[in-house]
Amino acid sequence: MHPISSRRLYTVENPRKSTTLTVMTALFMLYCLLPLVWLVINATKSQADFVSSFGLAPGREFALWDNIVQVFSYQDGIFSRWLLNTVLYVVVGATVSTFLAALGGYALAKLDFRGKRVFLFVVLGSISVPGIALAIPQFLLFAHVGLTNTPWAILIPSFINPFGLYLMWVFTAEAVPNGLLEAAKIDGAGEFRTFLQIALPLLAPASVTVLLFSFVSIWNNYFLPLIMLKDPAWYPLTVGINQWNKLGSTAGNGALIQNLVITSALLTIIPLIIAFLSLQRYWQSGLSLGAVKG
Amino acid sequence: MGLARQVDVTASAMASPDAAHHPAPSHKRRKSQIGLAFIAPFGALFALVFIVPILYAVYLSLFQDKLIGGNTFVGFANYGKLFQDPQFWDGVGRVFRFTLVQVPIMLIFAMALALALDSMRVHGTRFMRVTIFLPYAVPAIVATLMWGFLLGVKYGLFGSLNDAFGTDLDPFAPGTTLISIGVMVTWAFTGFNMLIFYAALKAVPRELYEAAAIDGANELQIVRAIKLPALRGSLVVTIIFSIIGTFQMFNEPQILPSMVANSGVTTFYTPNLYAYNLAFTGSQQGYAAALALVMAAITITVAYVVQIRGLRNAPDQ
Repeated sequence: MHPISSRRLYTVENPRKSTTLTVMTALFMLYCLLPLVWLVINATKSQADFVSSFGLAPGREFALWDNIVQVFSYQDGIFSRWLLNTVLYVVVGATVSTFLAALGGYALAKLDFRGKRVFLFVVLGSISVPGIALAIPQFLLFAHVGLTNTPWAILIPSFINPFGLYLMWVFTAEAVPNGLLEAAKIDGAGEFRTFLQIALPLLAPASVTVLLFSFVSIWNNYFLPLIMLKDPAWYPLTVGINQWNKLGSTAGNGALIQNLVITSALLTIIPLIIAFLSLQRYWQSGLSLGAVKG
Repeated sequence: MGLARQVDVTASAMASPDAAHHPAPSHKRRKSQIGLAFIAPFGALFALVFIVPILYAVYLSLFQDKLIGGNTFVGFANYGKLFQDPQFWDGVGRVFRFTLVQVPIMLIFAMALALALDSMRVHGTRFMRVTIFLPYAVPAIVATLMWGFLLGVKYGLFGSLNDAFGTDLDPFAPGTTLISIGVMVTWAFTGFNMLIFYAALKAVPRELYEAAAIDGANELQIVRAIKLPALRGSLVVTIIFSIIGTFQMFNEPQILPSMVANSGVTTFYTPNLYAYNLAFTGSQQGYAAALALVMAAITITVAYVVQIRGLRNAPDQ
């Protein structure tokens, strides 16, 4: 189609852009964006406009700020409580799980201990056990020791992230040179100090990846808090929003609050999207490594 | 479902434990057991969160809570009952059908998108990549809400469409709800799978493409001979993720009925939803535990078969 001379301008690294391919990819992108666009538009509508106006058109009044104020004041401001709970679960859960994964991954990659193969086999094998098979007995066990309906019921399970352990294991094997560790030990550093001061800084990209994915899975977790928590004061955002959703769609005699459900849903995803966008350089490299090794 | 899918990258690691390639230096072996101290915190919590509950589930599954006599040891009666429970098999059949249709569609999209973006022939590659991935960051409750409204006839776009054209389409009628859930799940996870494929493609040395181009290969031939084989390992991983994810389907069918009347979603729509309802609204913990363990066994078996078949005859494994 094209004479050789014009093709020479394009290389493997910089090929000619294709309009067809761009349009096809953009169509899929629209599918990905459509619900999010809908969410943003509808978070700006009052309840009356939400019910009466077309879904993808703006309402008669711009009610976003009003909705946000209502979200934070409805039911005595319980949304702030849910937000704080979620932040607590995420910050503590993601930090601890990432540190434990780094510690364990480092041990698997660089240290020897009895039963390593059995340990790996059990940890990796248990991954395919469905969440529900764990959640029901977890709930009953936690209920026995009085941990249900407390933050511990959410935190303790979130401390263990086998995917994180796996990533850290692979990453340590790749990115932490044995020579450096030996040099540190010759200089008199103990094993733990070597880990903290030599290995951990080298593991930063993997740590960001594990931290971010723990962050997302805890922030988005719905099933575990649904069964573990009865008291709305301990709910995370996901369970809280669904409670409003039930209230908002089925209110027989109460007021419809779909505008609050939609606005709170938008407020829930904004921190995650910001985290992903601002940290993408790190987590994409971490994910690459996991994918390639897989 | 997000957690499940993300976590399962590990399943593939069993096929390639690369610790073997990085043996610790011999002097370390002498003072070896230090590693135990490093692994102990993870190990102890892992036992508490995984091992003990699974053993407890096995124990529970041997009991039934009876009106008279309370919690009674019944041996394998729960399992016997389960195998004759049409509601259980209804859910199992549904997740199998769902998997057979949704997973191939999603992974073909993910692979095509990864190939398109990797070819660098798309305008705005970076932007597209991030945008297509974004749905992964959206909690299932929010995703279900948005799609529930978009596809809903009461307040949603389909309602507007029906009004405008005088049609009577309902994506959440009992016959089409599963398809609508498929649209939602595909939306949520295509981008995540795409990134895994994309990462695998990025790891292919670029010189290979140049060498192939010099040998006169066109783009399609490069895709067939170099890129698709390079995706094989990640394909096995993503298939396993997706299967485990769909077998655990819970959030969408659990949330939908509160938004849509007459969606056809029953209390036993998927095995997980059934187990949840048995345990938490029906107080049949023993039966629910048996169900969960049988589902675990089915999931592990299917994942294992996929892994064995997927890696058989693979050039480098």
